[in-house]
Amino acid sequence: MAVAAPEQIDSILESAAELCSDFTYPAVKAWMQSHPEGRAIGHFQVYFPEEIVHAGGMLPVKVMGAGDALESRRADSHIGSFICSICRSSLELGLSERLGMLSAFYTLPICDVARNLTGIWGRNFPNQPAEILYLPQNAASRHAARYLADEYARVRTNLERIAKRPISTEALNRSITVFNENRRLIHELYAFKRERPWLLSAREAYVLVRAGSVMPREEHNELLRGALDALASRSGRKQDRVRVVFEGGFCEQPPLDMLQLIEEACYVVDDDLLIGMRYLTEDVPDDTDDPLLALATAYLECSTYSPVQHDDRKPKEEMLLRRIEASQAQAAILAAAKMCEPGMDEQVACSRALEARGIPYLIVEFEEKMSGLERMRMEVETFVESILFD
Amino acid sequence: MQDELIGRGRREGNRLFKDWFVELDGAADSGEPVAYTFVMGSLAEVLRAFDFHVVFPEINSLQAAVKKQSPEYLNKAEDYGYSTDVCGYVKADVGTQLQDGRHPNGRIPKPSLVIASNMCNTYVKWVEIWERMHHCPVFVFDLPGQRSMAWQAQPGDAAFEADRRYVEGQLEELIAVSERITGRRFDLERMREVLAYVNSMAADWEAILRLNQNVPAPFNVLADGLTYMGMLSAYRGTAEGAHYMRELREEMEFRVAHRIGTVPEERFRLHGVGPACYPFFRRFLELFQEWGAVFVSSEYLAYAGGGLDRGIHYDLDRPLESLAEQLVLTAQRSMSNMFFSQDRLHDAVREWRADGIVYHSVKSCRTVSTGMADSREYLTRVYNVPALFLESDLVDPRAWSEAQIKNRVDAYFEALASRKLAAAAGR
Ligand code: SF4
Ligand code: SF4
Repeated sequence: MAVAAPEQIDSILESAAELCSDFTYPAVKAWMQSHPEGRAIGHFQVYFPEEIVHAGGMLPVKVMGAGDALESRRADSHIGSFICSICRSSLELGLSERLGMLSAFYTLPICDVARNLTGIWGRNFPNQPAEILYLPQNAASRHAARYLADEYARVRTNLERIAKRPISTEALNRSITVFNENRRLIHELYAFKRERPWLLSAREAYVLVRAGSVMPREEHNELLRGALDALASRSGRKQDRVRVVFEGGFCEQPPLDMLQLIEEACYVVDDDLLIGMRYLTEDVPDDTDDPLLALATAYLECSTYSPVQHDDRKPKEEMLLRRIEASQAQAAILAAAKMCEPGMDEQVACSRALEARGIPYLIVEFEEKMSGLERMRMEVETFVESILFD
Repeated sequence: MQDELIGRGRREGNRLFKDWFVELDGAADSGEPVAYTFVMGSLAEVLRAFDFHVVFPEINSLQAAVKKQSPEYLNKAEDYGYSTDVCGYVKADVGTQLQDGRHPNGRIPKPSLVIASNMCNTYVKWVEIWERMHHCPVFVFDLPGQRSMAWQAQPGDAAFEADRRYVEGQLEELIAVSERITGRRFDLERMREVLAYVNSMAADWEAILRLNQNVPAPFNVLADGLTYMGMLSAYRGTAEGAHYMRELREEMEFRVAHRIGTVPEERFRLHGVGPACYPFFRRFLELFQEWGAVFVSSEYLAYAGGGLDRGIHYDLDRPLESLAEQLVLTAQRSMSNMFFSQDRLHDAVREWRADGIVYHSVKSCRTVSTGMADSREYLTRVYNVPALFLESDLVDPRAWSEAQIKNRVDAYFEALASRKLAAAAGR
């Protein structure tokens, strides 16, 4: 394999960043042009078994708000002020006809805002079927895996109708292979960031991962391979900086400027940004007779954690402590999206757990379009200094 | 007869509520098994079969708000770290727990088991709080709901059966956990008894709700209806609960037969969406009563009343299977009342002969409020139903702005009055 030139990473990062901020969805449209029979299927945060869509020859597209790119002109009259911005701007994307290319829209029962979004979608876009894929909240039940496999089968049947073709076991297994590779590459990228955060910032890793949410996964695999190659020859000097974990980006995504200001003061060595894209932590078996059961079992048994999945076997603060330990972080930034009930609830639990262990943390609140970044910069700097000079 | 009957539901309800809190207070000392659960998907049928003392923290939070004590509890929880934007019911409870269960109505015992259905996702976060505070066993009970607007799954359909099997499996697991905690064997006969009481309560409650289709309506669903609804949860599956509902039905039938309404002249009939503002409960209701308006129906009573509004009838010959089936059906219906309610709202307006809909969007509760503005837009656009939209909270008095709310209410009734006049004149 040819060794990538270090400057290649800059152009990869640039194109990934463009894809993330262009809400005309150019890669989706390009794919649809080259696949006239193809269909794009939208889904909301956090985890969605995209393999099922992919196996039907369709393109999964993650809908996760529009950052600060849109004025929420229409959505405001449909949604109250006490609702998180990812939900509002996702609706704005729909109401401003930017998501017309989707043949269906799936939400997950992560919170009641998301479940309500299904009804709102149904009332406003009658030609774009919207439905909830009911991921189980009783993950430890002996019956959860079978139930979830049945739920996936139900979704498969609906998707077959849209794709106008059957979704076979073989096709599912092939798709699992593609997504296994995708997750492996993302995990590799994160490992790189943990080991050499001076060579790959959290913001850079973020755009590299996020690009996959709006492009064919095979191409994303290419992009990630190229990025990892190029990173291997990137050079830079390690600085004496505090290592922190950023927690709270599981659903609504913080503004990139906010990540940048944090990284100007410290190394973000691990995070839960876009955790749904790497929710499964191990390869899903891709040679079984029941790939839907394999996917369901992986979701329940070989997965990370988030505030929107209850599983007594994975107490969330314990999982956070493990994340901090595994990344040799000294501190954590505990963020929550404004108005996000699960995020705000979790923040309290995590802060108390860190307090009890004597691990420094900083509480922050964010929204897609936010003012007050300068104040946050000062808070982060003060926080970091307090650790350095403790 | 009249003196004894009229208002009996309210008086008896208040008495039984007092008894219930006294019982809980006693359980705080006795060490008997206590379960915390929620009004939607309470699993009371299982808990009662094991004779758990049952605590409904939502009812505690509501009571604290009605008694104007919620600010103290909210402050405690906010000092502990909870944001002003977190659900106020959760915070009022956290405030109570932080004071060792001291509540305006008595002491709330510590839990031996906590249960959350997923009918509100905040329930799941809430039980995680107790898990950390009390280190008690937690059971999150999944009740998959309606998936989409077009969702039609009935017993026998593959999709329904998949949900039912999952629910039945979880019932078996919950029974095993309850056996472990109480040290008692599951008694199927006892459960049959509980189910029979629920059948009786559900039949009477359904009839009571229908009686409100009469003019004048015999009760205001957001006023006295609140006590009745509380009884549905607190006394679900008990002899007292069944007796209470039978008597309540008698009262309502009497009221209908004698045309006894709730206001001197019933001028407007309303369908309410969402709960009332409990810290200003009386004032909230007065704003409507002053106009001769009565809330005749509300889907709030359907979901927050544990889904007993229509259709529950357990088959006592196959209790567990039937319980699983009804749980799936009521979960579907209750959740669709929150997320996909538009067509049902229109049906309710017609069937209960309402003049319009009042949406009360409460900041605390994203579960019932997220879709309200959109639903209102839909009902106005598609069905031309006159709708009023109010915003405040169910537990946090800081969200109440009387002048603004009164202005809106008055303007709404003025418009409704002109609409009625125009209709009467055949325009
Ligand atoms: S940000 Fe929070 S409240 Fe909003 S959709 Fe995501 S999980 Fe739900
Ligand atoms: S969000 Fe609503 S339903 Fe859920 S606990 Fe809070 S008040 Fe109750």
